[in-house]
Amino acid sequence: MEIIQVKNLSKTFNGKIKAVDRISFDVKEGEIFGFLGPNGAGKTTTIKMLTTLLSPTSGDANINGYSVKKEQAKVRASIGVVPQEYTADEDLTGYSNILLLADMYGIPRSISKQRIIELLEIVELSSSAKRKVSTYSGGMRRRLELAAGLINFPRVLFLDEPTLGLDVQTRTAVWDYIKSLKNKYGMTLFMTTHYLEEADQLCDRIAIIDHGKIIKIGRPEDLKSKLGGDIIQLSVNNPSPELIRLLGKIKGVKDVKKDRNEYRIKAASSETITPKIISALSSHGYKVTRLSMMKPSLDEVYLEYTGRSLKEEDSGFDKIAQNRMIRISGN
Amino acid sequence: MAAKEKVRFPSFLRTIVSLSNRDLKKWYLNPALLVISLIQPIIWLTLFGKAFNLGSLFAGNAGSAILTRIFGTSSYFSFLAIGMLAFITVSTSMMGGMSIVWDRRFGFIDKILSTPVSRAAIIIGKIANSIVRALIQAGVVLIIAVALGMTVSYITLSGLITTFGALFLLSFGMSSLFILLALRSRDWQSQMMIINLLMLPLLFASNAFFPVAEMPSWLQAIANVNPISYAISIGRNAMLGIPTSSSIYLQMGYLGAFAVGMGIISIVLSWKLLKG
Repeated sequence: MEIIQVKNLSKTFNGKIKAVDRISFDVKEGEIFGFLGPNGAGKTTTIKMLTTLLSPTSGDANINGYSVKKEQAKVRASIGVVPQEYTADEDLTGYSNILLLADMYGIPRSISKQRIIELLEIVELSSSAKRKVSTYSGGMRRRLELAAGLINFPRVLFLDEPTLGLDVQTRTAVWDYIKSLKNKYGMTLFMTTHYLEEADQLCDRIAIIDHGKIIKIGRPEDLKSKLGGDIIQLSVNNPSPELIRLLGKIKGVKDVKKDRNEYRIKAASSETITPKIISALSSHGYKVTRLSMMKPSLDEVYLEYTGRSLKEEDSGFDKIAQNRMIRISGN
Repeated sequence: MAAKEKVRFPSFLRTIVSLSNRDLKKWYLNPALLVISLIQPIIWLTLFGKAFNLGSLFAGNAGSAILTRIFGTSSYFSFLAIGMLAFITVSTSMMGGMSIVWDRRFGFIDKILSTPVSRAAIIIGKIANSIVRALIQAGVVLIIAVALGMTVSYITLSGLITTFGALFLLSFGMSSLFILLALRSRDWQSQMMIINLLMLPLLFASNAFFPVAEMPSWLQAIANVNPISYAISIGRNAMLGIPTSSSIYLQMGYLGAFAVGMGIISIVLSWKLLKG
């Protein structure tokens, strides 16, 4: 069943800025679906439309069978949202923050109290539940937001940049929490990210979005394998023009390029071809001095479809992350 | 397609109570806030009310008669004390809008808006929070005024209820108005500026410090439509026995219309203004 159906969804600001431009896609129940793209690509605008915080300029989307345009209250009752910012009230405890949200969903106290304890346990915040949120670290706040987003046992949980501004260790920990919450409650996840590793590690399917348009949708592995396989880079002690022809003749090698002193070989599977290359080279009297193998990363996928590397575009996010940090340290 | 699961909706009243309780918690868990907000009316009461010692200027029976003719009572301090009840009510109600500016800035409002809670409940929760704070603070100011020598001989239970009923309506209207203004402003500085800009003129253009009948006519025109004047006039009648120029019911009706009107406008406009 398609739990999210998006048809020609568009959002134009001030009559001219096309933040989201006629995007269409479906998300199956139970899937982790990721929106990958740089700052300003339209990811957050899309999430805001799907969570009824912004009304679409044109097009529509169905969440859990309800239209985000016409059945907003039903959509809201079916979803959970973990926004980009830290939205918890700092003056309240972690526990009362979630209790407040539970009341907004109309969950009876007899159920919600038990549920909060359970959720806080999964994100390992039980011991800090009765502490004010202003005393929490960035990672703890993110976990609190995660737990809060699940209080109504939503059919779809929306995560907007769930690990933005977190250090690498905390980020990996948050991934684990997301995975264990998903395992326990089996909801569908829709997330945006500009971290390639995150999209690669977590998502069943991703959509690459740029300038408000979806450029490619698919499973991360498929998108990567479509690029034409692994990359082997090597140097030899006595390079010669004949070498490119020699390497090209080896079975399984798709492409050879010389980049300064290095040879860049594209091959379907680097593990089986590398030994063949080494033996072919040594039988012709070449000595390999340096060799590296690379699996294609999503960054190369991204580069292939958008013409830019996502890694170069991180700077815009630093500011958001910084603001968040200022807000935390301001207490 | 598989059968749709039942969707649950929250009860209107429950969400209002939870939302206003969330705001109230910040206040009662932080007694310093309560004390600070009482400083201004107490300064007015003690420094202005006591230093502006009309009683000694107009001593004797003749002086007392002049005071009674102008103020309706020979105790200017008591006259001012009721004005200060309205002052603390209005200033607290004005601040009610501030929290919505913060909530918007830090995305709390967006989070609440993504739940099935009614948009009106968000606004009414804020109004309720303001009213509760305002009335409690007005109660504290009244106790202080009595301790400092306000006339108590006229005070009755029904007089207290009438006075606080009027203050309730005044607070309802003023909170709605300032929440509406806050919905438009993006930062708390501009909201603070609006409050500072309006606070004193609103008070001086009312009968808080001085009776309207003795004002120049242009100021009378403003004071006579100013809802603060009505709440004070009702309070002075109920607590000090000062006669009013028109019927109490009519004045209550005016305050009620102000409260309901402002409430409806802010709720209706919030549907548009709360979004992005």
